[in-house]
Amino acid sequence: MFTKFGPIWIIAKRELTDQLRDWRMIAPMGILILFFPFLANEFARRASNFIAQYGGEAIIDRLVPFSLLIIGFFPISVSLVVALEAFVGEKERGTIEPILSAPLEDWQIYFGKLISGVIPPLVTSYASFGIYLLLVMRQNLTLPTPLVFLQILLLTTAHAFLMVSGAIVVSVQSTSVKAANLLASFIVIPVAILLEGEAGLLFWGNEHILWWAILGVLIGALLIIRLGLAHFQREYFIGREVDEINLRWLGRTFWQNFRGDARSISEWYRVSVGGALKKIFPAALVLLFVAGLTIFLSYRWTAATGAKFMETAPQADVEKIKTDLLHSPDLREIRERVNAPYLFMNNTRAMVVIFVVGIFTLGVLGVMAYMLNISLIGGLFGAMQVLGLPAWKLFLGGVLPHGIFELPAFLIGCAAVLYCGVSFVTPQAGKSFGETGVQLFAEWCKLFVGVIVPLMALAAVIEAHVTPYILAALAS
Amino acid sequence: MIETHDLSKQFHDFWAVDGVNLSVQAGQILALLGQNGAGKTTTIRMLTALLAPTRGSARVAGYDVATQGKEIRASIGVLTEQHGLYMRMSAHEYLEFFGKVYGLSLEQRKLRKDQLLEYFGLAEAAKRRIGEYSKGMRQKLALARAMMHDPGVLLLDEPTSAMDPESARLVRDEIARLKSSQRTLVLCSHNLTEVEALADQIAIIYRGKILRKGTLQELKMQVLGQPEYEVLFAEDWDSNGLELPQGVELVSRKANSLKIRVARPQEMNPVVLSRLSKLSAPVMAFQEESRSLEQVYLKVMEEVKGFTNVH
Repeated sequence: MFTKFGPIWIIAKRELTDQLRDWRMIAPMGILILFFPFLANEFARRASNFIAQYGGEAIIDRLVPFSLLIIGFFPISVSLVVALEAFVGEKERGTIEPILSAPLEDWQIYFGKLISGVIPPLVTSYASFGIYLLLVMRQNLTLPTPLVFLQILLLTTAHAFLMVSGAIVVSVQSTSVKAANLLASFIVIPVAILLEGEAGLLFWGNEHILWWAILGVLIGALLIIRLGLAHFQREYFIGREVDEINLRWLGRTFWQNFRGDARSISEWYRVSVGGALKKIFPAALVLLFVAGLTIFLSYRWTAATGAKFMETAPQADVEKIKTDLLHSPDLREIRERVNAPYLFMNNTRAMVVIFVVGIFTLGVLGVMAYMLNISLIGGLFGAMQVLGLPAWKLFLGGVLPHGIFELPAFLIGCAAVLYCGVSFVTPQAGKSFGETGVQLFAEWCKLFVGVIVPLMALAAVIEAHVTPYILAALAS
Repeated sequence: MIETHDLSKQFHDFWAVDGVNLSVQAGQILALLGQNGAGKTTTIRMLTALLAPTRGSARVAGYDVATQGKEIRASIGVLTEQHGLYMRMSAHEYLEFFGKVYGLSLEQRKLRKDQLLEYFGLAEAAKRRIGEYSKGMRQKLALARAMMHDPGVLLLDEPTSAMDPESARLVRDEIARLKSSQRTLVLCSHNLTEVEALADQIAIIYRGKILRKGTLQELKMQVLGQPEYEVLFAEDWDSNGLELPQGVELVSRKANSLKIRVARPQEMNPVVLSRLSKLSAPVMAFQEESRSLEQVYLKVMEEVKGFTNVH
């Protein structure tokens, strides 16, 4: 066991010793440990006095946990510089080659750096927590419950792992410390936004949702660690690549992958698009399973929640909803407001957005967007059942005619995003991070241009010109 | 032992190493000569299993570079172009760290560390920060790191480039000792005198291709032709009466000297001397015309690049 994991600690220990000998590291850490707890304490004291004047006791109770969350975040964001230069700094100083030439596994070097990047910010954060809680105890402020404190401790730890693992990926892929520091914003800003959301949950008082936030952040950190390991290539560190955008290479690589060996459109469809469809087939199967589960769960949830709602809802309102739903739609109004180009643009734009958010979250948000949309079907069935209306009739007439084209296009688009995300976190032998990215983008583009756009166009025409008539016929 | 077959490496559209075939046995030193960017470091990095060959194969210490990288890295010591020293560490800590990385026991680490620091004259400075070291001291420490785990194969890139003559001599002696203890060594150097003194085989590399390869004598023969000998007479002497045996060619004749080119010196030189003796020639000296590795190297470069400023 030690022979496997021992080298991780050897690497981490050297890094930590090196950091502790650098006053440029020690001084900011010391200042952060001492300064922020006092600042947060003063802020909490003044804020609680102010809020108390207006009877906001519920908010006062949340001030200390909120301050803890912030105190934990600052040292991590400052200490991120250690992780950011973990690999690229050694590359710039020329110290990386002896380590790469040593009989160590890639993951041992990687985790050694990761641990040495995580320990300083966590120690700083925990020390700040301790000082802050001591200060809080001297005031008349309410201490957080042990459960909330545990949640904040775990959340801070999860943030540290998320940010440091992101910084390590940046460090592995950057060719200079300057570039790595510039890219740090892509780590700090999203986590700061995440922190705002978590603070919202804290003030909201739904602590149980914080467990999901902790789980989500940890899953994110694990995915990023996997991403970093998948693209860790010793060759990359000793190359002489410089920070420049090689547009010619980008264009050529994209075109080669987009076109494949095809010499005609039919051949492109058969070979390139067909090949891409085969590649995403396992992802599509997974999403079909997810769709079934999502529809079932959303149906159950809507039916249960709707039933409770019906018990208390005024009967007049319920009757109005039923009448509106059964009323024949005004076809002229629908034609004016919803036309085929509008539907087409709306749906294709949604697919592009799903791709963008999906690719930046390694497929996670792509799958979530898919689940959210698919859950509407289950929700529709649940709601119809509660209202005592014929759900199947509405589904067959209002969704299926254009859904025959739209749903497969949606499935293919989301499966492509999932495929891209999974491919990103899977080692691609002999391919750089950039090369993998361009190739995956080309795969998605093939499916978007060759399959999703035509299917969405067809679906939009049917939804605008056929579905309303079927609905009108059913209603009458 | 190192064996390569058609070893090649391509970066984008550029072949940094192209079809290199090498064979270095235990107890041998191969010197790789070439300009900066000729492909020496890329070759070394492929032998270290840091770079994957685009084409061809190589075995180092019995392991395949394509599939047994970790085993290779455990069996070799590498002195890299950049020494890779951590400036805030002491020499003692630095060697201790790499000793641990290479899996040496506490006793082994202590023994090797003391031996190497002592040998390279770094024992007194062992507890000082490396950042305070001179260039030569840093290079010696980097070399000590490469030798820390007593590897069977050593790949040394410019081992004495920053050293004073005394330290360079120390390192050369150590390299010679390693060779006699059956280690396999590959040396990249621009110091041709050093290469001449140490190398069993020399390979001249240019734009990724090996242009010439062989022992120093073989290279001299291949590039500069047969050796030339000068006979100096104590006084003017008419050498027209001298009949040169087959395989000996007259290059020039002067009143007090004679220059000949000899195909097989071991056989022919005694015959020439005997004939001169019979003719009672006042031979003062019989010496080989000096032909250095530098001449060989520059001639090869001249051939390949059409240099005009070499002699």
